[in-house]
Amino acid sequence: MLGRLSWAAIPFNEPLPLISMAVVAAVIVAVLAIVTLKGWLPYLWREWVTSVDHKRIGAMYLLLALIMLLRGFSDAIMMRTQQAIAVGDAQGYLPPDHYDQIFSAHGTIMIFFVAMPLVIGLMNFVVPLQLGVRDVAFPTLNSVSFWLTATGVLLINLSLVIGNFARTSWWNYPPLSELAFSPDVGVDYYLWSLQISGIGTLLTGVNFVTTILKLRAPGMTYMRMPVFCWTALASNMMIVAAFPILTATFMMLLLDRYLGMHFFTNEAGGNQMMYANLFWAWGHPEVYILVLPAFGVFSEVAATFSGKGLFSYRSMVLATLGICILSFTVWLHHFFTMGAGADVNAFFGIMSSIIAIPTGVKIFNWLFTMFRGRIVFATPMLWLVGFMVTFVIGGLTGVLLAVPPVNFELHNSAFLVAHFHNVIIGGVVFGAFAGYQYWFPKALGFTLDERWGKAGFWCWLIGFYLAFTPLYVLGLQGMTRRLQHIADPSWQPWLLVAEVGAVVIMCGIFCQIAQLYVSIRTRESRRDLTGDPWNGRTLEWATASPPPPYNFAVLPRVETIDAFWEMKQRGLTLAQSPYQTIEMPRNTPIGVVLAFFASAAGFALIWHIWWMAILGLIGAAVTVLVFGWSEDREQEVSAAEIALMERARPGQGSAA
Amino acid sequence: MRSPIERSSLSGAAVACAALCLSSCQQAGVLDPQGPIAAAERLLLINSTAIMLVVVVPVIVATLVFAWWYRASNLRAVRSLDVAYEGRIEFVTWSIPALIVILLGGVIWIGAHQLDPRAPIPADAKPLRVDVVALDWKWLFIYPEQGVATVNQLVIPVGTPVQFRLTSATVMNSFFIPQLGSQIYAMGGMTTHLNLLADKPGDYPGFSAMFSGDGFSDMRFVAKTVPVGDFDAWLGRVRSTGRALDTAGYAALAKPSKAVPPATYRSVEPRLFERVVNETTAGSDNGPAGAAWCPPEQQVGG
Repeated sequence: MLGRLSWAAIPFNEPLPLISMAVVAAVIVAVLAIVTLKGWLPYLWREWVTSVDHKRIGAMYLLLALIMLLRGFSDAIMMRTQQAIAVGDAQGYLPPDHYDQIFSAHGTIMIFFVAMPLVIGLMNFVVPLQLGVRDVAFPTLNSVSFWLTATGVLLINLSLVIGNFARTSWWNYPPLSELAFSPDVGVDYYLWSLQISGIGTLLTGVNFVTTILKLRAPGMTYMRMPVFCWTALASNMMIVAAFPILTATFMMLLLDRYLGMHFFTNEAGGNQMMYANLFWAWGHPEVYILVLPAFGVFSEVAATFSGKGLFSYRSMVLATLGICILSFTVWLHHFFTMGAGADVNAFFGIMSSIIAIPTGVKIFNWLFTMFRGRIVFATPMLWLVGFMVTFVIGGLTGVLLAVPPVNFELHNSAFLVAHFHNVIIGGVVFGAFAGYQYWFPKALGFTLDERWGKAGFWCWLIGFYLAFTPLYVLGLQGMTRRLQHIADPSWQPWLLVAEVGAVVIMCGIFCQIAQLYVSIRTRESRRDLTGDPWNGRTLEWATASPPPPYNFAVLPRVETIDAFWEMKQRGLTLAQSPYQTIEMPRNTPIGVVLAFFASAAGFALIWHIWWMAILGLIGAAVTVLVFGWSEDREQEVSAAEIALMERARPGQGSAA
Repeated sequence: MRSPIERSSLSGAAVACAALCLSSCQQAGVLDPQGPIAAAERLLLINSTAIMLVVVVPVIVATLVFAWWYRASNLRAVRSLDVAYEGRIEFVTWSIPALIVILLGGVIWIGAHQLDPRAPIPADAKPLRVDVVALDWKWLFIYPEQGVATVNQLVIPVGTPVQFRLTSATVMNSFFIPQLGSQIYAMGGMTTHLNLLADKPGDYPGFSAMFSGDGFSDMRFVAKTVPVGDFDAWLGRVRSTGRALDTAGYAALAKPSKAVPPATYRSVEPRLFERVVNETTAGSDNGPAGAAWCPPEQQVGG
């Protein structure tokens, strides 16, 4: 009846996960209680849960990412503490069984449920506004994407308390991840949560490629699109090309695990190298899926806060597309040590270093954007400067790792760990934080506190160097990654410094939470009535903060790049009338209903509860079909209603 | 809040440099090579870093200087806010990284070929063959020509090229002795090749550099490099003591175990390495087919 599920699945004998889960459950219950008692539930359901508005979906993605950042960071600080104390004969406080789950969850969560939702959330909020349009191409699909991502989050967090998570690292390499070596549900939690959220991500990719290619304001040719839209286009094209590889690879591993097939097993002709190839054929483009939108944020930030147009727009576009294509030609550098021949290794080494050319061009372009500009050091600009300095160091160590013989010495070392945290934190996370600070007033109508923001920046920057410089050193001293305890006591001082770094980063996170709290408390005094708090250049700043549901009452007409800047130069504003009836997509619960069935099916498949899996899949299929046949999917906003809403602003936007 | 930018980042860079200098004085690790392969790889590491620093350092300095000089409050800064394109600069921004990458591309091509793990190392001494089997969670070293075997202890003569063949009887592992150079994967049912040479006698730490499960952290061994005469003496000692590694002994050894102390075997079943490769490919009779429907307690675990 319940498959593999029994009371034994709940770790009553392990207090740590139980207590943490109890705390989380208490918080969730408390939030739900407050929401219910205050009578906010109908509002939340109507305006957020069922919303198909790209701005609200973007905000929900960001909220999800920030919550999961707390989870992923807790894993990180537990790992750092374990490595700092488990030196010599000491075993630390985490046995291998537990430690291995933690580093596997840390990597999986940070990549799939922090970095991805951060980037997708920003794209959701910004792209239609920058394109000067009213929504994405498929608003309902967008809601489905979000809720499928949330399903993945739910499943991966359930593994904390029901059963266990994978102990196979975030790559989940077979044969370790095969049934013979990982018979419990951990790998199944990994696979099903990523399969379900992966479908959501793929749909996002389809949605945004279509949006950018087919929906743009009148006059916005490709070469007038803001650079962030270009990077979003490249990123989503890569999603469309790369995520099916991941889905197919995981499906093969699932067939191995559920039906006894032999795609990647040691025996019966299975080939574990094939998994590594396929995983990284997705995995390397994934890195650029994450970092290209961050580059886009920095391009907007550099131009806005230097008071200058972005230097060499066409180089930026060319470099973006170059990276987009080259990213599919380098995957083998993740396993030079697999024993391929010198020709193969040399080819992939050279291709990997070639990516440094367009990336270098981008760095130079930001540099020359600042050159002879008038630089205003608001928090996003600090993130930009911190990023440029940090990222070139990460780039240097990355190209080092692309030299095959050097890689033979540094593969899987702490040096590698330091390198990819250098580019992911220094690139993606700094970029996402810059974008968060930059677009927050547009989203909610008030600015974020600058003092807490800057304090957060300095903690993150200093914490990053303290945490990861020691790992570079340790990697050169021969420390490999994923060690539950450390044999060489001479490494301990470095590990303690890294631990301090993690604590400093924690202070940064605290500053950011305080920033949000302080800013909400003082929102009345920090209202953005102009819609343009930073003297921006692109169309999102032309409309109100927060924008009305339809973004633009009258679609703007675009004649140049930096369309809004040009309008301001000519003393123009958005056309106010004549208003015309706007067709808007109706809110729909299909996303959350689909997520309900997907969660049930995913959970059932993990625990082999077959009847429930079948019910879940049927429920999901029926939901899609019912929506497909429904007629009433749009609503009209009349010209009179628009006029009313337009007169009500500025300054009247609700805090929600 | 402006001025601390450059101070902090510079101090970050200073810390990094100091750290690198310090670490180079430390024993062990890839910066302390004890053989030609590791020495060549360290040289490549240093050369590639130097080539890139030529660009990276000026970029970091320029970033900080531009950010500071063109701050809005600096009245002496010359500004040209309308310039968003300049062909000559664009040419330079593409040329500099391209030139660096052309240079590095040459380094990569030559380096990858010269330091191919499969390439034999030219030396006067006759090469020693060692077969390596990764087990859960220890290393088995078979000396096929000498007919002995060891666990978690590799003894090799100094100045002698060592030709490794590697496989795994379990999950993927990576065989790595940082001070001697290149690591290579050991994979079930497959054979990889690695050639190393030690210049000086010494004890060099070795380990698995690919996470392989619960006992991974203790999957360590010492690569003991001894003078040629001592190696023969060691062989004599090994042959006269300890157990033989026969079929039953190997089956017992292959069972998962953690933190296994070093051991030696006076003799070893002929062609054991080939047998391990074949058996791993063939799989056991009660393979995992359909195991998903078995209750967990009936499943084989690792």
